[in-house]
Amino acid sequence: MAKITYIEHSGKIHEIEVENGLSVMEGAVNNLVPGLDADCGGACACATCHCYVEPEWRAKTGEIGDMEETMLDFAEARQEGSRLSCQIKVSDELDGLVVKLPEAQF
Amino acid sequence: MTDAATSPNETYVIVGAGHAAGQLAASLRQEGFEGKIVLVGEEAQLPYQRPPLSKKYLSGEFGLERVYFKPPDFYDAAKVETRLATRVTRIDRDAKTLTLESGDTLGYNKLALTTGSRVRKLPILGADLAGTHYLRTVDDVDGMRSGFEPGKSLVIIGGGYIGLEVAAVATSHGLKVTVLEMESRVLKRVTSPELSGFFEEVHCTRGVEIKCKTAIAAFESGSDGKLAFAVTADGEKIPADIALLGVGILPNTELAAEAGLEAQNGVRVDEFCRTADPDIFAAGDCTDHPSALYDRRIRLESVHNALEQAKTAAAAMCGNLKAYDQVPWFWSDQYDLKLQIAGLSTGYDTVVQRGDPATNKFALFYLKDSVLIAVDAVNAAPEYMMGRRLIGDRAIIAPERLSDTSISMKEMV
Ligand SMILES: Cc1cc2nc3c(=O)[nH]c(=O)nc-3n(C[C@H](O)[C@H](O)[C@H](O)COP(=O)(O)OP(=O)(O)OC[C@H]3O[C@@H](n4cnc5c(N)ncnc54)[C@H](O)[C@@H]3O)c2cc1C
Ligand code: FES
Repeated sequence: MAKITYIEHSGKIHEIEVENGLSVMEGAVNNLVPGLDADCGGACACATCHCYVEPEWRAKTGEIGDMEETMLDFAEARQEGSRLSCQIKVSDELDGLVVKLPEAQF
Repeated sequence: MTDAATSPNETYVIVGAGHAAGQLAASLRQEGFEGKIVLVGEEAQLPYQRPPLSKKYLSGEFGLERVYFKPPDFYDAAKVETRLATRVTRIDRDAKTLTLESGDTLGYNKLALTTGSRVRKLPILGADLAGTHYLRTVDDVDGMRSGFEPGKSLVIIGGGYIGLEVAAVATSHGLKVTVLEMESRVLKRVTSPELSGFFEEVHCTRGVEIKCKTAIAAFESGSDGKLAFAVTADGEKIPADIALLGVGILPNTELAAEAGLEAQNGVRVDEFCRTADPDIFAAGDCTDHPSALYDRRIRLESVHNALEQAKTAAAAMCGNLKAYDQVPWFWSDQYDLKLQIAGLSTGYDTVVQRGDPATNKFALFYLKDSVLIAVDAVNAAPEYMMGRRLIGDRAIIAPERLSDTSISMKEMV
């Protein structure tokens, strides 16, 4: 279990307990956090689950895979800390994680 | 916001409870509709995603709770009434009622048809033996599980995306897999010889036997009455513990057609997902819709189309017309290869290869009269992402530039 804080673009905060093994995207979608479309359901095929990981969490959320990296490269408003949330797997390590959501997906 | 968007006394009914239906219900609320939403679906499950059925749900990596389109609490939270395991048998457009299989009726002010598609059945001897399967629903996959064990022989009829995805999962799981394809190559209906050739080789390398120009004639049982052989038209008997028939799908148009709506290759809708009846809309796999990009009518079988048409239909139901005109996209996962497709390649006159297939990372661009109309990208996200944009722009790019990997995709404008 990890408590994850999702911050919508408007600033609205959602604190959610997410089960280990799920993705950060699923944590949001399952709890009706708006701001992620996740059209492909986590297949790393759509880039509509874009989020920004806060600086202190970047090391813990793991390496960005090749496919994810190139998808992000074409995502709207890419920044430092940009990730595809379906590619971040939740574990105890991520307890306290904070991610921000962009204004629009794609 | 129009009156229709808020009108709390109206009832909007969605028939079919798949991907398009789930999105449509959510979008109606986003559009501000405050009336009653009833979602009626023949399957027992809440709307779920089908792509994992031939991928991570089949492999066991995902359980059912991970394939739901929205979490179960969504329907309560959004005040969407769900009537599952309920088939709609008739639409009475004059009375504005639906007849359910139970004989009950259900009134509507507006109706959305998201009936999707069903598998095409093969009328051959033995196709109903225990051990033969189709693949469209969660129940189909669950029914296949008992035979899906290492060491067993699986014969797949039809080398389309679903057949090949199952071949990949099964081989990786230790089954012995044979694919029978009637055409001269796999994926013939959907892509170029170049991509077909690539996937044939990929599967052969992993131990899948692909037999093209091979039609299935019948299935035969063993002494236990269960499936034992797939028999080809040439009389060859291939041992089979289980068989998967994946020979395409048909849109579920009967409800619409019987109600007098036009429905040949899908329920006919305009760019706003409206049928000829002002109170009936349709979205997803079941629609025959116009594509401004390709200047013809099309029917698509993809998640993106289901989601986007659902948004368009919901908006139109609330009096908000937003034309649906997007570049179609699709993906397929086989082994460690991710194929991403944008556009429709039908009718291309030139194919341009970028990158080397031997590296498992390359793309094929399809041009028609010099205009980029589609891309198939294997482990090649830049080609896919940029390709999708360029297709929407109806870009004209010289083949020698497209194939030149020293020019990055971002510079390809
Ligand atoms: C195994 C598999 C893998 C796939 N992989 C991909 C992929 O990787 N990428 C991709 O983009 N697409 C993929 N697809 C296609 C994608 O799943 C479909 O395009 C999508 O599900 C269409 O959604 P829909 O809501 O229009 O229809 P459906 O999902 O077919 O849902 C329609 C529902 O309506 C119900 N229904 C029909 N008639 C009635 C009636 N009279 N009364 C009540 N209910 C009724 C049906 O039972 C069904 O549950 C795949 C499909 C399958 C089967
Ligand atoms: S959900 Fe599609 S890439 Fe993450």
